[in-house]
Amino acid sequence: MKSIGKYILFIGSLFVNREKFKTYVALTLDECINIGINSLILISIVATFIGAVSTIQTAYNLVSPLIPDYVISQVVRDLTILELAPSITAIVFAGKVGSNIAGELGTMRITEQIDALEVMGINSVSYLVFPKILASLITYPMLVVIAGFLSIMGGYLAGVYTGIVTEADYLYGLKVDFIEFNVSFAMIKSFVFAFLVSSISSYKGFYTTGGAFEVGKASTIAVTNSCIAILLADYLLAQLLL
Amino acid sequence: MIEIQNIKKSFDGKAVLKGISGVFRKGKTNLIIGASGTGKSVLLKCIVGLIKPDEGTVYYDNRDFTHANRNLKTDIRREIGMLFQGGALFDSKNVEENVIFPLNVLTEMPLDEKLDRVNFCLQRVGLENVNKKMPSEISGGMKKRVGIARAIVNNSSYLFCDEPNSGLDPQTAITIDNLIKEITEEYDITTVVVTHDMNSVMEIGDYVMFLHEGEKVWEGSDQNIMKSRVKELNDFVFANKMMRIVKNEETSNT
Ligand SMILES: Nc1ncnc2c1ncn2[C@@H]1O[C@H](COP(=O)(O)OP(=O)(O)O)[C@@H](O)[C@H]1O
Ligand SMILES: [Mg+2]
Repeated sequence: MKSIGKYILFIGSLFVNREKFKTYVALTLDECINIGINSLILISIVATFIGAVSTIQTAYNLVSPLIPDYVISQVVRDLTILELAPSITAIVFAGKVGSNIAGELGTMRITEQIDALEVMGINSVSYLVFPKILASLITYPMLVVIAGFLSIMGGYLAGVYTGIVTEADYLYGLKVDFIEFNVSFAMIKSFVFAFLVSSISSYKGFYTTGGAFEVGKASTIAVTNSCIAILLADYLLAQLLL
Repeated sequence: MIEIQNIKKSFDGKAVLKGISGVFRKGKTNLIIGASGTGKSVLLKCIVGLIKPDEGTVYYDNRDFTHANRNLKTDIRREIGMLFQGGALFDSKNVEENVIFPLNVLTEMPLDEKLDRVNFCLQRVGLENVNKKMPSEISGGMKKRVGIARAIVNNSSYLFCDEPNSGLDPQTAITIDNLIKEITEEYDITTVVVTHDMNSVMEIGDYVMFLHEGEKVWEGSDQNIMKSRVKELNDFVFANKMMRIVKNEETSNT
């Protein structure tokens, strides 16, 4: 409980005593590259394979001849939009970006780089953390869109090239009973997850004490806590919005 | 001039600083010495405002820093430069970017003026042709030099150094110590150096404050430190053999 209070204070201090706007633009652009581009490859690989595997497993489970083949891609589509693209990607994102953020801030803390900023009168929380959160909010939804696209692509490749489903059926299934709100829901989830991962990892890194060992520990805890927060938020949002 | 009055600080009920007062004069190298864990770094952090003391006040040239409003605090902070124990260089930035950093955030100077100032400071600390090197590519002594350059780049009136020669070989340590003293005198800065190194005391200590278990047990000049009769100070000063030999020579000469 105490650490949740401290976390909320930490988030609050993002918004006081800020630097020049120009400074944040430059920092945020750097972080977008650091956070977004650097996780693109990993997330692409994961999304493509999960889409492919989902297609094969769905086909494997749909044994009844009464169910038409296009249902396979319909299932893959809904799975992807509702859960795979926003949530599974978030777990990958937590592993890659969360540990990176916590490690970086933790190292800056123990080597007194954060103190050096504070002595210059810079609000180190907003200077270091704000750009990371903003960059996550900007890039993560884009990553989710890419992941969603690649997951459905992966399904297509696996389905059509192994002969499980015809190209026509697969494409038809993608369009059947399409609910637009699902896409909005995925985007809402993306923003929430991006905020959770970047802020929790920043918080864990920022308050590291000790040495290199503790930095390693902070990274691990950042990833674990981010994942738990993602799963809880995933459940709550599903309850609230679906 | 910096004056501290009755600075107290506890962590989780454990008193680390038990009411410390003193005056650090302008143009002088003021040392805070004592064994490891006596609270030297905590005192320094209280003075620069990284830690809020539980009690007591810090005055920068008669301006109350501890209870200052945000504007005055920011003004005073602009005049503070600090050299951290490991240098605390931003490791994602190269040497030049590190030194220019305070100018970027604290001033509205045009870029070419900033670069001139950076090069001047780097030259002053004896560094040339390292502008584009990353902190991981330079030696410990060079990191300290860059740290000093960064600390003085904004024409600081106050310079703080935490263990400036820790982790350096004795010769480099003395060069760094002397560089700090020279800069202090040259620019008439109020400098406060935390150290546990008796070499520094003998080399650069204009004024020495000795802490023991969170209390100031002695203060004075480097000349008097050998003559003191305070037991804790004697234990500290003559812990190494070199100092004992020096002492014996002096007593046999007089
Ligand atoms: N942020 C902190 N929280 C709790 N205890 C601290 C903190 N900083 C320092 N201490 C304790 O204060 C004492 C003095 O530390 P320090 O000032 O670093 O000693 P030194 O004289 O070697 O610089 C130590 O016992 C240390 O454990
Ligand atoms: Mg110390």
